[in-house]
Amino acid sequence: MSNINKAFANGKAFIPFITCGDPDLQTTAEVVKAAADNGADLIELGIPFSDPTAEGPVIQGANIRALSGGVTTDKIFDFVRDIRKEVTIPMVFMTYANVVFSYGAEKFISTCKEIGIDGLILPDLPYEEKDEFLPVCQKYGVDLVSLIAPTSANRISMIAKEAEGFLYIVSSLGVTGTRSEIKTDLASIVKIVRENTNIPCAIGFGISTPEQAKKMSDIADGAIVGSAIIKIIEKYGKNSPKYVGEYVKSMKDAIR
Amino acid sequence: MTNKNGRFGIHGGQYIPETLMNAVIELEEAYNFYKNDKQFNDELTALFNDYAGRPSRLYYAEKMTNDLGGAKIYLKREDLNHTGAHKINNVLGQALLAKKMGKTRLIAETGAGQHGVATATAAALMGMECVVFMGEEDTKRQALNVYRMRLLGSDVVPVKTGTATLKDAVSEAMREWTSRIEDTHYCLGSVMGPHPFPTIVRDFQSVISKEIKQQMLEKEGRLPDAVLACVGGGSNAIGSFYHFIEDKDVQLIGCEAAGRGIDTFETAATMNTGSLGIFHGMKSYFCQDKYGQIAPVYSISAGLDYPGVGPEHAYLHDIGRAQYVPVTDEEAVCAFEYLAKTEGIIPAIESAHAVAYAMKLAPTMSKDKIIVITVSGRGDKDCAAIARYRGEDIHE
Repeated sequence: MSNINKAFANGKAFIPFITCGDPDLQTTAEVVKAAADNGADLIELGIPFSDPTAEGPVIQGANIRALSGGVTTDKIFDFVRDIRKEVTIPMVFMTYANVVFSYGAEKFISTCKEIGIDGLILPDLPYEEKDEFLPVCQKYGVDLVSLIAPTSANRISMIAKEAEGFLYIVSSLGVTGTRSEIKTDLASIVKIVRENTNIPCAIGFGISTPEQAKKMSDIADGAIVGSAIIKIIEKYGKNSPKYVGEYVKSMKDAIR
Repeated sequence: MTNKNGRFGIHGGQYIPETLMNAVIELEEAYNFYKNDKQFNDELTALFNDYAGRPSRLYYAEKMTNDLGGAKIYLKREDLNHTGAHKINNVLGQALLAKKMGKTRLIAETGAGQHGVATATAAALMGMECVVFMGEEDTKRQALNVYRMRLLGSDVVPVKTGTATLKDAVSEAMREWTSRIEDTHYCLGSVMGPHPFPTIVRDFQSVISKEIKQQMLEKEGRLPDAVLACVGGGSNAIGSFYHFIEDKDVQLIGCEAAGRGIDTFETAATMNTGSLGIFHGMKSYFCQDKYGQIAPVYSISAGLDYPGVGPEHAYLHDIGRAQYVPVTDEEAVCAFEYLAKTEGIIPAIESAHAVAYAMKLAPTMSKDKIIVITVSGRGDKDCAAIARYRGEDIHE
């Protein structure tokens, strides 16, 4: 049984995304703890990439800030090892295929297992290419999380049948970033997902308000929020943990 | 050459967001249908010949040959195509394909602006909407081409992220495509990105080597000993190599942009300084650090200023079928000036990289040998930048 299941055992799951090292790893540690203490059920830790093609301007900015602060994959592994002493909720890495590939899939994924990372989200690794890392992920018991998009159509059942951990449903076309309105017929997508798998599904991309989170978690098993949190971190910097904590609480309260 | 899922050996593939998967599958299906469709091919041939001015000339560069004193040199004059570069070959093919698919809008990335101008041209011709993404740095280096695209009715979006050059323009075009797929075709300009782009672009560009072969047989009654072309992503090079891949006696030489030298950080010579990675939808060689962060590459040539190389080139490199040599800014600028003075042909600074290597290679070969250099584009666009490189400030 995947450890990620625990995230979906407390009602609807609230899943914040945080870029590691934005603005520095000490702040990230405090932000992660604040999120966990205020009701986050699973945390997506972003390993920054120089050219994040699935991200909008807000998360691109976080990637640049983190990298120019000197953060590396090795420093992030050490940081996770450290916060794992205090944070017990499931955590996954969100990064790009090249970060895993260039580190060496075996070395990267075995380290994930060792430091307590439960899954891996790679937005540039679609179903057709998942064998790049899947055998190694399975060897070490790290879930390779699949994504479903508004354009997936006939691909939904194929992806859902083989999904692990949880399914990440992309709410809208385009890249990450807050949106005033989400127009995709997500209920129909979730219906097909449910017909093909028992693993939970969460909706991400474009969610920023408690109302949106409530609406999305009514349809699925949870809501994922990235850009809205990154904006808080961008605004308050080292002082952001308190504000992220308050925000996470408001979101979790809305979907509870 | 391609196997399933667009692999060239271990290279290629489709490393893209799920959002784009059905779009590339739809593109592949449409391409597989139309590439064998007589009407499509007739229309494309008519566009190539009557609109773009094909076949392009294979010109015997006699003065250059005599001056260098070695192998006989021919120039494949892609610079004479409409819009001034080989880019039009691919664009006419993709725009026609997009139109058949019912798309009404083209988006494209551009480095030097040649692909952007070609796409804007095809969009104007076919009555399609067009948006071109171009690194802000490149909009300054290639201001004339920005104006040409706007004149042709396209929007030009300056990309300010990252190094504000070609790689960032590709990233931004990909982002745009994920946000608007229904009516939009991403007219990718090189033999890179996710399958089926490396194959589609190669096929449309392979007209170059098809013509070289035929023209060489007519003029010399035999195949050349070497074919040289510059390589950024590698579209004019693969186009120049393709029909010679099976002719093992024909040496295939790709000329990469070494910038200030392959022993410096200011280089874009992917084969000579890069390592295996996954980026922009493909597995191939990339300039990157040990953590897989893509390197901020540099070349005087905006069209070669890219940290990766097309997957088929990576494969040709692996199996030793083609060799890839680095050429510095200085060597390319000297070749740019040399070809202008010797043959009265001003090549694009990209193409000048191939000319530069030919200047080293030809004298080492005997006079009965023949080499072909693809002059992928014309150099008008580069005059101001080269003047600046030489310390002269001219205003366009």
